[in-house]
Amino acid sequence: MATSAPEPLSAGIEAPGRLRQPKQVIGGAVAALVAGWLIVKAVGNFGGFLNATLLGLTLAGLYFVVASGFTLIFGLMRTINMAHGSLYLLGGYIAFELQEKLFSDNKGGFELSIGQSSGETQYSTIEWLVPLLIAALAMGVLGVLIYQLLLRWNQGQELRQALITIAVIIIAGDQMLAHFGGVAKDIKLPASWPTSVDIPLIGSFGFFRLTIVLGSAILVGLLLWWMIKRTRFGLITRAGVDDRDMVSALGINIPLVFAAAFFIGSLLAGFGGVLGGSMLSLQPGQDSAFLLNSLVVVIIGGMGSLGGAAVGAVALGLVQAYGASYLVFGGTDLTNYSILLTFGLVVAVLAVRPYGLFGRPA
Amino acid sequence: MPEKATADARPILSLKGIGRRFGGLDAVRGVDLEIKPGERRAILGPNGAGKTTLFNLISGEFPPTSGTVHLFGEDVSALPARKRARMGLARTFQTSRLFGGLTVEDNVYLAVLGVRDGHLRPVLNHEDSEMRERAREIATQMGLGEVLDREVAELSHGEQRQLEVAMARATDPKLMLLDEPAAGLSRTERQTLTELLLGLPEDITLVIIEHDMDVALRVATWVTMMYEGQVIAEGTPDEIRANEMVHDLYLGRRHAA
Ligand SMILES: Nc1ncnc2c1ncn2[C@@H]1O[C@H](COP(=O)(O)OP(=O)(O)O)[C@@H](O)[C@H]1O
Ligand SMILES: [Mg+2]
Repeated sequence: MATSAPEPLSAGIEAPGRLRQPKQVIGGAVAALVAGWLIVKAVGNFGGFLNATLLGLTLAGLYFVVASGFTLIFGLMRTINMAHGSLYLLGGYIAFELQEKLFSDNKGGFELSIGQSSGETQYSTIEWLVPLLIAALAMGVLGVLIYQLLLRWNQGQELRQALITIAVIIIAGDQMLAHFGGVAKDIKLPASWPTSVDIPLIGSFGFFRLTIVLGSAILVGLLLWWMIKRTRFGLITRAGVDDRDMVSALGINIPLVFAAAFFIGSLLAGFGGVLGGSMLSLQPGQDSAFLLNSLVVVIIGGMGSLGGAAVGAVALGLVQAYGASYLVFGGTDLTNYSILLTFGLVVAVLAVRPYGLFGRPA
Repeated sequence: MPEKATADARPILSLKGIGRRFGGLDAVRGVDLEIKPGERRAILGPNGAGKTTLFNLISGEFPPTSGTVHLFGEDVSALPARKRARMGLARTFQTSRLFGGLTVEDNVYLAVLGVRDGHLRPVLNHEDSEMRERAREIATQMGLGEVLDREVAELSHGEQRQLEVAMARATDPKLMLLDEPAAGLSRTERQTLTELLLGLPEDITLVIIEHDMDVALRVATWVTMMYEGQVIAEGTPDEIRANEMVHDLYLGRRHAA
């Protein structure tokens, strides 16, 4: 030990300067390779490439809505709310259930719905918006409850908080499975909305994805940006990212601020769940899938950074969309392995920027 | 014991038999301390004497394992730091505790906001412009008028120390605790800081932990000497300078180093 100690030490001192360059060279080479491959694909079928890109961006919109809430909570509290994905899924399920129970034409089961033998209810816009609002608000309130009842008295003990929220995932996951079953559920979109729109070069593309999901993501981004830059809460949040204890030492009511962060963050998870339940579908396992997505997004972008969450979401969405369309080589279909690309992305970003693209050391 | 402040003034801070244990270590043991309004007190002692721990007990960072803290006549032993801050207690930390990603003005503004209400108010109002005005005024008084819009991470070490004092000052505290404000400062920076400290309003009671004698003994009117968690001497700066034991323990070691 004693004799070998000096060597790694001196190597460690010199390492940053020397290692940085190969790392960036490798990073650049990989980026060039990926870009080249994409250009080949794009030239081969430009419409298909645009379609995949747009799919990726709409997916990114959904990821951003969910992950922005996650990063808000993390940035301020240094707590990884592992239950964030559960709030996503539960939010979706609640909206689904509300839509069925409140607005379905064949509610109650025995009411005869003559003339609508198909059983497909035509929902109005309101009948989509009301479940959305209630579900999102309910998740906001549930988030505050999780904070108040489970996390508040473990303040500063990040590991404990992470474990507690993991317990929430497991319990909530089983309860949701028991109640909603294992079959995928869709939240029905308003019948008056078109299902698709025609875009030059791309052809027909999902209307909901393109307008509502992307629009929501942009709106959420702008609102959060305004909140972070222009309100007291935002300034406190930014300060908390630097030093949470000092915020408290200044007399700021940090439990209140944390509760507010949990409310907004969880509300966004629930909102995302409703968007996701309308755009994709709801099924068991999506709680952990969206936790993972959110983690990947904020790790790429940098924990606690809103801009980072946006960039991370776009990166993740595009990688998944390109992976799903382009991982076919001749006869071999590797699209099942596209998840590996996601982790490749994370590794690549962390190799060059250990705190994520916009992250700073805590 | 000689009279150090107006005899009839009620103490602004009073510690009775205060102690704090960390595992097997008594970082602070059985300290009695009284600070009168308007006093300027220095707390000296070698590293590990328990000075910072004493500050943490006063500000409410963690509760004492024994004894009580009375602040402004009230028993605050069980109150969290944030509530004590609101009663008129401000402190700085031995290692800089600033918001590096925010501007100087934002840092001071947060300090002003902290002791007021409405931390979640969504829309800015006239109160905010008034608080900003106050923040700029205090920062300027503390010699930071030129760097108001600078990000704190870009400031020099001396400016960061000044900013910490400014943030403590900005809450209009009755009692200010400064933990080694001159640590790591150059000679000129120390002089600037000393002048700033001497220029603080007289009604602010000041307790300062400081290794640097030039700063500590110039600012303080009364000195408490700590060693191994206990108070071992008290007196005027001159008395402390002349005290043999203090010399051996502290000044001696310092000058030898
Ligand atoms: N949070 C803590 N946990 C454990 N030990 C601590 C803690 N804070 C201080 N100590 C210990 O208490 C003793 C006094 O420390 P401190 O109050 O920082 O001394 P000073 O400020 O006079 O240099 C030291 O031995 C230190 O290691
Ligand atoms: Mg100390």
